[in-house]
Amino acid sequence: MSKLVSLSLVEMREGLLRGDFSALELCDAHIERIEATNAALNSFITISSESARAAAAAADKRIAEEKDRSPMLCGIPYSAKDMLVSEGIETTCGSKMLSGFISPYNCTVLERLEENGAVLLGKNNMDEFAMGSSSERSSYGAVRNPWDLDRVPGGSSGGSAVAVSSGQSPFSLGTDTGGSIRQPAAFTGAVGLKPTYGRVSRYGAVAYASSFDQIGPLGRSVEDVASVLQAIAGKDELDATSMDVPVDSYLESIERMADEGLAGLKIGVPREYFSFSVDEEIDANLKGQIAALENLGAELVDISLPHTEHALASYYVLVLAEASSNLARYDGVRFGHRAESVSSLEEMYCRTRAEGFGTEVKRRIMMGSYVLSAGYFDAYYVKAQQVRTLVISDFKAAFANDCDVILAPVSPTPAFGIGEKTASSLEMYLTDIFTVPVNLAGLPAISIPSGLTKSGLPIGVQLIGSAFQEGQILGVAKALEQSNTFANNEKTQQAF
Amino acid sequence: MSLKDEEVLHVARLSAIEVSEEEIPRLKKDLNEVLEYMNSLSSVSTRGVRPTSHVHGAVNAFRDDLVRESLTLEQTESNAPDFNSNGFRVPKVL
Repeated sequence: MSKLVSLSLVEMREGLLRGDFSALELCDAHIERIEATNAALNSFITISSESARAAAAAADKRIAEEKDRSPMLCGIPYSAKDMLVSEGIETTCGSKMLSGFISPYNCTVLERLEENGAVLLGKNNMDEFAMGSSSERSSYGAVRNPWDLDRVPGGSSGGSAVAVSSGQSPFSLGTDTGGSIRQPAAFTGAVGLKPTYGRVSRYGAVAYASSFDQIGPLGRSVEDVASVLQAIAGKDELDATSMDVPVDSYLESIERMADEGLAGLKIGVPREYFSFSVDEEIDANLKGQIAALENLGAELVDISLPHTEHALASYYVLVLAEASSNLARYDGVRFGHRAESVSSLEEMYCRTRAEGFGTEVKRRIMMGSYVLSAGYFDAYYVKAQQVRTLVISDFKAAFANDCDVILAPVSPTPAFGIGEKTASSLEMYLTDIFTVPVNLAGLPAISIPSGLTKSGLPIGVQLIGSAFQEGQILGVAKALEQSNTFANNEKTQQAF
Repeated sequence: MSLKDEEVLHVARLSAIEVSEEEIPRLKKDLNEVLEYMNSLSSVSTRGVRPTSHVHGAVNAFRDDLVRESLTLEQTESNAPDFNSNGFRVPKVL
């Protein structure tokens, strides 16, 4: 295995500028790694070698001309969840419904990375339309966890997390509607950041639940993830929900916090989070993280988020309602699958959708239609939006009165077995208990590796910030990362 | 309260998804399980609480109404299952 596939983004950047290797060599090393491991991991749906090599050659030319004035990510390879539309490269969203779909335009985040000279290696596997927490529900087969091939990598951005932790890709873009970046990051020993709602443009991200969806980076270190956020953050006039809030210099925030330490910083630990049933090793790990933060000089405070218990039910009502509306576009008329030999328009719609969608997607659309239907709208949808207001108020009060950052587990268990939770939709939903409150409130949160279980599976810990304070959670994450002696992808890289 | 077969079929119709007889029992079980969980929301006191419309309280975002480039006919057609003389062709409606 080439050494090039385990470097940090800064090391890649320095090597490219020094001429130790070219962008084309860097690209080829990663394509080779993907080709050697994808049969086992199934983390890529599409490998775009040809366009990647062309982009890498162009990046080499640009680096030769612009030298250190070229953008930080110039010549650096990456991959993207197959939910982000890419001009000229197939986008399936993990669904048979979109098999063969080729977008005539790029989503904004890919456009920005292209402007920066980054090199798209391909598209990562995922739960169909991002509906899942295990990356098992893809029309293109389940993704495998590189730490243990019989376990799931988490989801829905499981392919992205696996690509990063197994050295297939230095970083990847995922999406997080209810934990879909953070939980797979935790299950695979990667770092995953879900930015504030509105921090990153969603233009060209296939819509699941529009008031929750947010694109963010997965990488192998806090610094790498910060560099990627820097390139993709900011207002985009093509996404009316992207917010016109100044973008901080994230690397500077990290450095500043590294210099100044965490003294004076208050980190809240929500007492309600301890009322859920959590794996013993996850619980012990969280206590270790609390002690580590205290050693770094932070003050740990007990806080209350009283509506946590109801966050998950509110989340699922709203997400399924939004999904039922967003996925109405798959009707077999303008793009995607269409059923054959039908005699009426209605039959065409109904059979197209029956054939094109997987079981879980159909279930979610139907539940969404139910909670929005006449007679139930107030009891479910309006009620859930009211509970959402209460969840938002809980966080606002905690940040206003008690703490700067909140510490929480990412998932109640480490990576579970393939097939273990597919029998019941509800059981799968309950794995999202620690990640969804953040999405209800539109807040930024990061998952970083915090240790290993006795059987050698990664554990992650979550830091939640107030709106648009990505710099602050990245800074705390960096400090904690340095104190955690977790060697990120050594094991997975040796495994293949 | 739990859904019956005809309600499952009604929701399938609202969702424009064809459902076979054999699929109904499993769907009914899954929908009822999740709806029962969602019903826990009724225990939360929300009197006088405004439903959220935007997480950061943002209101409408306007831009100038300018004519801009849009997809070409060729791009529009490129992913269509059945396209004919500038239109998407579907089964006869009337």
